[in-house]
Amino acid sequence: MEKAIKKYFPIFVLPTMIAFTIGFIVPFLYGIFLSFCKFTTVVDWEWVGLSNYLKIFFVNGELDTTFIHSLWYTALFTIVSVVIINVVSFIIAMALTKGIRGTNIFRTVFFMPNLIGGIVLSYIWLMLFNSVLSHFSKTIVSSEWYAFWGLIIVVCWQQIGYMMIIYVAGIQNIPGELIEAAKIDGANAFQILKNVTLPMLMPTITVCTFLTLTNGFKLFDQNMALTGGNPGKMSQLLALNIYDTMYGTTGWQGVGQAKAVIFFILVAIISLAQNKLTTSKEVQD
Amino acid sequence: MAGKQEVSTVRRAKHSGLLTALFTVISLIWIAPLFLVLMNSFKKKAFIFRNPFSISANPLSDGWDAFVEGVERAFHGVTNYVNAIEMTDFFEAFGTSLFITVASVIVIIVCTSMCAWYITRVHNKVTKGIYMLCLFSMIVPFQMVMFTLSKFANMLKLSNPVGIVIVYLGFGAGLAVFMFTGFVKGIAVEIEEAAMIDGCNPLQTFFWVVFPILKPTTVTVAILQAMWIWNDYLLPSLVLNINKYKTLPIAIQFLKQSHGQLDWGAMMAVLVLAIIPIVAFYMVCQKYIIEGVLAGAVKG
Repeated sequence: MEKAIKKYFPIFVLPTMIAFTIGFIVPFLYGIFLSFCKFTTVVDWEWVGLSNYLKIFFVNGELDTTFIHSLWYTALFTIVSVVIINVVSFIIAMALTKGIRGTNIFRTVFFMPNLIGGIVLSYIWLMLFNSVLSHFSKTIVSSEWYAFWGLIIVVCWQQIGYMMIIYVAGIQNIPGELIEAAKIDGANAFQILKNVTLPMLMPTITVCTFLTLTNGFKLFDQNMALTGGNPGKMSQLLALNIYDTMYGTTGWQGVGQAKAVIFFILVAIISLAQNKLTTSKEVQD
Repeated sequence: MAGKQEVSTVRRAKHSGLLTALFTVISLIWIAPLFLVLMNSFKKKAFIFRNPFSISANPLSDGWDAFVEGVERAFHGVTNYVNAIEMTDFFEAFGTSLFITVASVIVIIVCTSMCAWYITRVHNKVTKGIYMLCLFSMIVPFQMVMFTLSKFANMLKLSNPVGIVIVYLGFGAGLAVFMFTGFVKGIAVEIEEAAMIDGCNPLQTFFWVVFPILKPTTVTVAILQAMWIWNDYLLPSLVLNINKYKTLPIAIQFLKQSHGQLDWGAMMAVLVLAIIPIVAFYMVCQKYIIEGVLAGAVKG
């Protein structure tokens, strides 16, 4: 059979591969190449070696902290959002698996914001934030910390419902006999949670943690629409900082591309760590 | 014993009632932003910011008559909607978004499921290499390729709603091929062999025998890709010729950028218009969406 199928390569694989080459392979490889060049379009490149990478941190011999600030700001944002989203969605999931009345409606409501895209979502909240803050003569971009918590609220509203769905499925997969056995052995609610539920949920927790981790790290739309990086680039997360470098200042495309390469390496490290953690868990099972 | 059991059921029921009440309140707060947007979309823009939580220009503490008078004063009819539709070319943007999403999802499903079946059934270095490349592409953030991809797309004349489908196929192929191969690996080859012995060629075998079996994964892939493409802002804003074609997210972002002082009345109206189809779609396909999200999370 394999032989018969083999001849059909052009029909089965070629369309996808051509698009994949245009949409991914060539842009990716050429992107790495361009990070070592000075350019304004893809044809006028001039090799400059590592100078773009140096320019990320040093401009005219002086230390430029914009990128490092954005890196720390992103890291902090990611950690805070991961913790809040996972803890809250876990608590909601626990409550919604107790068989209370109206569970399905609550689930529907909590999940709803997830389908609304980042741009629409951000303008909903921009209106609410700014109208409330205007009573105190402030806006969401009055300081980088207003922007920070504004972004946190938006991503929590968007992602808690999504993670809750995954936690609910995880909790429902725990065999009821385990909980029953623990109860008969005299364990209280807290002991059951700590010694039965949480260990059994580890695979789910890993998945949710990494989903929120990469979502936080790669956040762009909400950042652009809600704060635009203001005040003065102080609330730029990494993705927006790269975009701003690439399209905000002419002649800096190369530096933007170099930042993108660093960004890619960071995201790849997170993804590989996830892969390692999940596969090692599967082996144990 | 019987008495004790009764007490515990009563307590549980009471507890459950409390939880239901608590969650009703939380749920109402949770979707309150959507209702606030809906309410404010009918108010004059001056009154949106003054108090987004009230339908009236006057507080209730001024008495009922003043409140009702305030409602009339703040009410703007459908003016915001008329402005919003005009300023954003709403229906055109909606059509563009719909076309791009539907066309891309169909093309992605047909092409990547074929590709996935081929690379699972044919074992050689090329198919293995393709699979590894697809896995690799999933960890690459869009910022890494955005500049080069948008420039190449322009050079290849893909800066229109038809061309961008190819870009979406290319950038979305990784996840889709990965999910389809995961499923194909679990299908017994015997069924396909039987079809081939009965005289089907590989194309017939795929579309008559394999593709129907793939349905659960097809639904998952369709939902994940549709959610991504419908809401995507950055890729179309860079790839499309935005003087000519705008998707919905681009049109909304333009409303803010291009008209100087942002008209919050029109913004509220366009947000409502953008949310209604999503909520309607969610209500109709809720079961599939939640299943799709779950399958996607576990595999992705």
